[in-house]
Amino acid sequence: MRAIHRKMFRELKGMRSQAVAIGFVIVAGVATFVSMTSIYESLELTLTNYYEDQRFADGFVTIGRAPEHLADRLRQVSGVNEVQTRVVAAVNLEVPGFDQAVTGTVVSLPAGRQPLLNRVFIREGRLPEGGRDDEVLLNEVFAEAHELGPGEQLTAIIRGSRRTLTVVGIALSPEFLMQVQPGTIFPDPERYGVLWMEREALAAAYDMVGAFNDASFTLAPGAEIDAVIHRMDQFLDPYGGRGAFPRADQISHNMVQEEFNQLRGMATLLPIIFLGVAAFLLNIVVTRLIILQRQMIAILKAFGYRNRDVVLHYLSFVMVIAVAGIAVGILLGVWMGVLLGDLYLEFYRFPAIDYVLSFRVALTAIVLTLGAAAAGVFMSVRRAVRLQPAEAMRPAQPAAFRATVLERLGLQRFFDQPTRIIIRNLERQPGKSAATVVGISMASALMIMGSFSQDSFDYIASVQFGLSQREDFAVAFTDPASMSALHDLRALPGVLHAEPYRSVPVRLLHGHRSYQTAVEGIPEGAYLRRVLDAELQPISVPPEGIVLAAGLAEVLGVAAGDRITVEVQEGRRRTQEIPVTGVAEQFIGVGAYMDMEAVNRLAGAGQAISGGYLLVDGALEAELMSALRDRPRVAGISSTDKMLESFFEEMVGALIVFTLILSLFAAVIAFGVIYNSARISLSERDRELASLRVLGFTRAEISYIMLGEIAVLVLAAIPLGLLLGWAGSYLTVMAIQTELLRIPVVLQPSTFALAATVVLVSGLASALLIRRRLLRLDLIAVLKTRE
Amino acid sequence: MNGPDREVVFRTRGLTKTYEMGEVTVHALRGVDLDLYAGEIVVLLGASGSGKSTLVNILGGLDTATSGQVLYHDQDLTRADDRELTEYRRHWVGFVFQFYNLIPSLTARENVAIVTEIAKDPMDPGEALEIAGLSGRGDSFPAQLSGGEQQRVAIARAIAKRPAVLLCDEPTGALDSKTGVVVLEALNRVNRELGTTTLIITHNEVQAEMAERVIYLRDGEIADVKVNERRTPPSELRW
Ligand SMILES: Nc1ncnc2c1ncn2[C@@H]1O[C@H](COP(=O)(O)OP(=O)(O)O)[C@@H](O)[C@H]1O
Ligand SMILES: [Mg+2]
Repeated sequence: MRAIHRKMFRELKGMRSQAVAIGFVIVAGVATFVSMTSIYESLELTLTNYYEDQRFADGFVTIGRAPEHLADRLRQVSGVNEVQTRVVAAVNLEVPGFDQAVTGTVVSLPAGRQPLLNRVFIREGRLPEGGRDDEVLLNEVFAEAHELGPGEQLTAIIRGSRRTLTVVGIALSPEFLMQVQPGTIFPDPERYGVLWMEREALAAAYDMVGAFNDASFTLAPGAEIDAVIHRMDQFLDPYGGRGAFPRADQISHNMVQEEFNQLRGMATLLPIIFLGVAAFLLNIVVTRLIILQRQMIAILKAFGYRNRDVVLHYLSFVMVIAVAGIAVGILLGVWMGVLLGDLYLEFYRFPAIDYVLSFRVALTAIVLTLGAAAAGVFMSVRRAVRLQPAEAMRPAQPAAFRATVLERLGLQRFFDQPTRIIIRNLERQPGKSAATVVGISMASALMIMGSFSQDSFDYIASVQFGLSQREDFAVAFTDPASMSALHDLRALPGVLHAEPYRSVPVRLLHGHRSYQTAVEGIPEGAYLRRVLDAELQPISVPPEGIVLAAGLAEVLGVAAGDRITVEVQEGRRRTQEIPVTGVAEQFIGVGAYMDMEAVNRLAGAGQAISGGYLLVDGALEAELMSALRDRPRVAGISSTDKMLESFFEEMVGALIVFTLILSLFAAVIAFGVIYNSARISLSERDRELASLRVLGFTRAEISYIMLGEIAVLVLAAIPLGLLLGWAGSYLTVMAIQTELLRIPVVLQPSTFALAATVVLVSGLASALLIRRRLLRLDLIAVLKTRE
Repeated sequence: MNGPDREVVFRTRGLTKTYEMGEVTVHALRGVDLDLYAGEIVVLLGASGSGKSTLVNILGGLDTATSGQVLYHDQDLTRADDRELTEYRRHWVGFVFQFYNLIPSLTARENVAIVTEIAKDPMDPGEALEIAGLSGRGDSFPAQLSGGEQQRVAIARAIAKRPAVLLCDEPTGALDSKTGVVVLEALNRVNRELGTTTLIITHNEVQAEMAERVIYLRDGEIADVKVNERRTPPSELRW
């Protein structure tokens, strides 16, 4: 091995603790980037493959009732490729050992075989067979929520008649990747489930023999979905078609898409910022390390080593660390990616995750990291070789003496000599001090960006479920009912208070923008359901006019005072122009609110309610549930506690996993940067400190000088880091929020405190490590050599 | 034996060097005219700050002059760019610095090897160490060697590439006189055995007695040049 390579390896060994700390920064940056970016890409790939494998339909339509022979005619609609007709039934369920009301959707399957479209993935057991009317296949989440497996039984109430069903298998479906009850936004697998039955059996029970009430279709190559939907609607209108809709509006797909959009923000923007910051910090550290080597570089040059040789030498030096760091980072990233994949199977019910690490992701990590390291080498070596070797061999020139702040203010007599040295040093190299402060603050900013979303979600939950939705349970009726239904609710056991609501499906239009949602009618003086403004004060919903959630107002491009068109989607389908009287702060969902009487006038069906909100005595909850279950008109019961739970578990759980990883690695980066900064400062100053020792300064005094400087920089970095973290959080929010989930930037003091603590602890640990070296400072070596 | 019949290795004319230090300008060299001849051993004598290092650094291509001319044989060093100066140092010049400037992470032998590995026709590092009187300590790290030993490693490193010129800036400056003598002997031997043109900086009058010629520098100017009729071998020098 050549001497110059020996030099590299020995010196690497000599600074191994620093090399490891630099390696940590690289590993953290690369692993975060690789794991998050790759898992996002893998999820997308998995989704695409899954849809393709299971032949997920391009369009869907629900019909009142259509004779089966219509299927052939549907196939002939221009632009349609394949058609799958089905019977889909809303049922009430009784699950043994679970005393609350459960509703379900039963979807038909051809006897003993897979359907043409929307195939199910059999996780366990088998498909229902023909000739049996009691076999059922359960969606996996639902089966898991109730711990039901093949061989076990449950009861379905279909069209009023009870029927005992035997589970023959557990399945997954692209249609129910997110198992969400129509009209709600949270999965609630205990109270709502999807089941499959053999078509003949279901049709017999649901009065659909020889008919279908649901069809899915794929598009012929080149066909336009909007045009096909239009033709489909025209064709099906006489049979009670409820309007065909594209895959994009399919409830599960739509939610998955929403979440993927959030994930994309989280999984592509944040990791690249993360990797970028890590690369930047790497660059700073490498630059400073090599600037320390300027005398060594001058010596090599004096011997006749060419600039190229010198650059290569230090490049190989840094590359050993960088390549090792990248390799470990990628391996760790892949490992974490695979683990994350398993975790995501909890959120998204795929048969398996097709994990891929794309070449592009790996290459980005490699290029960015190596590039930052190499740039550090080039810049610093260039700076060193630009000097004449004679000049560079001299110790770096102390900058011309300048009075420090203290002296200019005449305060020097209040400070002892060591303190004055600290201040002079900081002032003498303002650029370097600033770079260190910025580096440390960036690391702490990463921590804050990593953990802020948890605070925000807590805040969302407290606003949504604490201030806005104050009921314990919401009961939805199958059809609009009269006010007497509310009195019935009030009479149920355990009900302390009940308020009605009216919900009407509408399409809101403003200019060329439109949005499909439901407008909720709130009775005057409602207590349980309140609409809040930006200051979280209740907005009164006026007798005329509509209040829109901020996200919805944004989608429609309206503000208070504008007028929008409201198209009712049921009954006589009336259209009316209504003024927007207010914009409500609503983080989850996109609601529209009107006075209940106004909604009823709009719907044109007289005084009606769609359901009620209940305040309940917890002790009587079980009794209440069984009473509710016996009421045929109750379509669904949702519990606020459950929604809160599933908000964290299902909706933001995926995001929170990311933030945990981010903050963990941000802490690693913070330590790596602080330790390296401290070590480099020590190398820059060891001669000076040793000279001071020789001059009679005590160990305590030189420790104070060195550690005091580190302390000043670390303390200065904390507020800046908090500021940067706050700004970074805004950026993150812009990337991840969607219309269904608006995210306020909320930073709890505890998040700041954690970031500050990590920085402080890293600073303290570095200081202790540095102090050990200070105690071992070799005075003789200093005296033996120059100066 | 000197004069026009000997080949001129270095020729400087009107060489000046100034350093700008904020408002003050330091005149390190104020017009130096100097010829150095092939194979001679010259001592450059002068008080601290008289410009000795500056002159030697310019001759060795470690620094460039502010004005004037330096020729190495036919090569005009004042016109050479960084790349040409590097090649020049690489092939022709051996340096011995006052503070040794050894690479702490390399052993004595490796410190020599780092130079021989880029030279055209180097000697074996072990041979160079032997000439410098340091055989047997090749595997020691600089920190394990005394000052004199370190300086002899530096000499071995300087001569190992068989340089045409050997430039030594106060090679004994940090050494006691006994060790200094050993180092000077090593330099003398190299000059004798390899015929290397050798320039030794010192501020020690006694050491001048080993030289063929002594050049006195004062305030950046050549004050005097003296030819020693009789050279004293380093071993007989005492200071
Ligand atoms: N890089 C430099 N910057 C400023 N002044 C310098 C520099 N190098 C040398 N000098 C000044 O030039 C003069 C000559 O220095 P030098 O050649 O080192 O003297 P000597 O080697 O004879 O002691 C001195 O006054 C010294 O302070
Ligand atoms: Mg000098």
